[in-house]
Amino acid sequence: MTAQLTTKNVDPVTAAIRVSVPERGLRQDLRAVRIVWHRELIRWKSDRLRAVTSLVQPVLFLFVLGTGLSALAGHGLPPGISFKTFVYPGVLAMSVLFTAIFSAGSIVWDREFGFLREMLVAPVSRSAIVLGKCLGGATVATFQGVIILALAGAAGVPYNPLLFLTVIGELLLLSFTLTAFGVMMAARITQMQAFMALTQMLVMPLFFLSGALYPLSGLPAWLTVLTRFDPLTYIVSPMRHAVFSHLSVSPAAASFLAPNVTWAGWQVPVGLSLGMVAVMGAALLGIAIAEFQKTE
Amino acid sequence: MSEPVVQVTDLVKRYGEIEAVRGINFAVTAGETFGFLGPNGAGKSTTIKILCTLANPTQGSANVAGYDVVKQRDDVRRNIGLVFQDTTLDAYLTGEQNLRFHADLYGVPRQQLAPRLKQVLEMVNLWDRKDSAVSTYSGGMKRRLEIARGLLHAPRVLFLDEPTVGLDPQTRSSIWEYVNDLKQREDITIFLTTHYMDEAEHCDRIAIIDHGKIVAIDTPENLKASVGKDRVQISTADDHAAIEEIKTKFDLEAAIREGLVTFSVASGEQFVPRLFAELTQPIRSVSVARPTLDDVFMSYTGRTIRDTEATAGDRNRGMMMAMRRGR
Repeated sequence: MTAQLTTKNVDPVTAAIRVSVPERGLRQDLRAVRIVWHRELIRWKSDRLRAVTSLVQPVLFLFVLGTGLSALAGHGLPPGISFKTFVYPGVLAMSVLFTAIFSAGSIVWDREFGFLREMLVAPVSRSAIVLGKCLGGATVATFQGVIILALAGAAGVPYNPLLFLTVIGELLLLSFTLTAFGVMMAARITQMQAFMALTQMLVMPLFFLSGALYPLSGLPAWLTVLTRFDPLTYIVSPMRHAVFSHLSVSPAAASFLAPNVTWAGWQVPVGLSLGMVAVMGAALLGIAIAEFQKTE
Repeated sequence: MSEPVVQVTDLVKRYGEIEAVRGINFAVTAGETFGFLGPNGAGKSTTIKILCTLANPTQGSANVAGYDVVKQRDDVRRNIGLVFQDTTLDAYLTGEQNLRFHADLYGVPRQQLAPRLKQVLEMVNLWDRKDSAVSTYSGGMKRRLEIARGLLHAPRVLFLDEPTVGLDPQTRSSIWEYVNDLKQREDITIFLTTHYMDEAEHCDRIAIIDHGKIVAIDTPENLKASVGKDRVQISTADDHAAIEEIKTKFDLEAAIREGLVTFSVASGEQFVPRLFAELTQPIRSVSVARPTLDDVFMSYTGRTIRDTEATAGDRNRGMMMAMRRGR
């Protein structure tokens, strides 16, 4: 009774706001995907330090390692092509590698600081949340790649719009797959140190076995086999292929330096390479969603 | 009588071998402020997790806002607001960004969002701080922002899990002001858990929970009336001898609680002069207290809530381990 009496004293304007939350549907889920994605962007923008620090490693590889090894590696390269140009696609892959995994790792922080719970109790499907997270991580990582892409000129790569579009598309695909992988890991790992240690342990071999730093042709058999099992290979190779198709090099040099991935002599088409990465990304996303579907 | 907003039937939750909730039953009616009172590890948080669809019951069932917490999870979620004991805010985002994120997740209609946002932020006095990052907020401000967020989508039931834990006394009382004010403004049922006896007094009804079972459920007044006796605490030169003497001379069961010889007796003030006259042990200090919820808790469980806290540590740790394994 008292509650009813005092309600009349409350400002009628403020008391009149009646919020009605709709039933769950596809529109709600899409709105959830969008906001989870948007949050990743807001956080990336507000965390300049992280954006800058994750540029250090690719820049070191490109300009320090790239320049330092130029004299040594120069003998194997055709005139006009520097070692920097050769490693450039590998460095692009590297620039998204860490950002994508780290973005996914923020789920571990979210769990530790409780924000994950805010998302998990919302009346939206968990798939929407996981998808939003993967798309957010992919977008942010691709931004990092685009910053390195802006340095193309310094690596002797032409500013060609078509080349850039191709490479950005490939980076997006790679970022998405990596983020999905990270989210899948983050579903099970509850401590940030453990997450960082484990991903570090996986990311470096992934990078070194991908042919980011050396051509895939003429390798000893054991290394050839390992590179073929590294998913990163199937994105670095198409990226290098795209870069070299926009350089003036002889076909022979191009097929030595930027060959398609081969399986026992059979050339894997670029479309199949990228398709495999896409399928893998979708599968990892599916596993990640299933992991977050569980209730205690 | 109107349909209960929360209905719990024979609820059991086990984590491995540990039974956190051992078959509880209760109902909360619309508009009520219902409190779950018990020491840490009594099963309060586990129950709230089940009601919020964050955990599934091992046995039994629960309905919230007319929906089953297992089968109609999303419908339950749309109709509840949650404030947990640990913060669940994104400290990198501003206060407003946190609320907008919530509004999008809950599908608050866009045309209603701006006025509602203003309303809830003004209610908790954070409107002028809405553009600051949450990392700059004090503990009390964060809790207030969580309350505002929990209300944003106009839930039918607001769950407050230990809403004032870890806050200083002044902030605690201001949080209660907001909650009481909220009761006047919104048509809402509040379900809260606490282990502070004084806070349980804010509730219309209280369920006392201990070792996963409800041992009493009633209004604070009725619960206190059911105890009926005053609590007398004395400190003497030899407490154990005093307990013996109280037993033989007055036929009263005394025990050491919180370091003092404690016993319950009707009309405590009139009893004290007799005590001084007849007890041979010199008395150093004496206090007489009207029954509080603390006494209610003691009369139902045989321990004060603080004694329970002191020994609950081991049990809690065991349970945490089991919960982790359960994941």
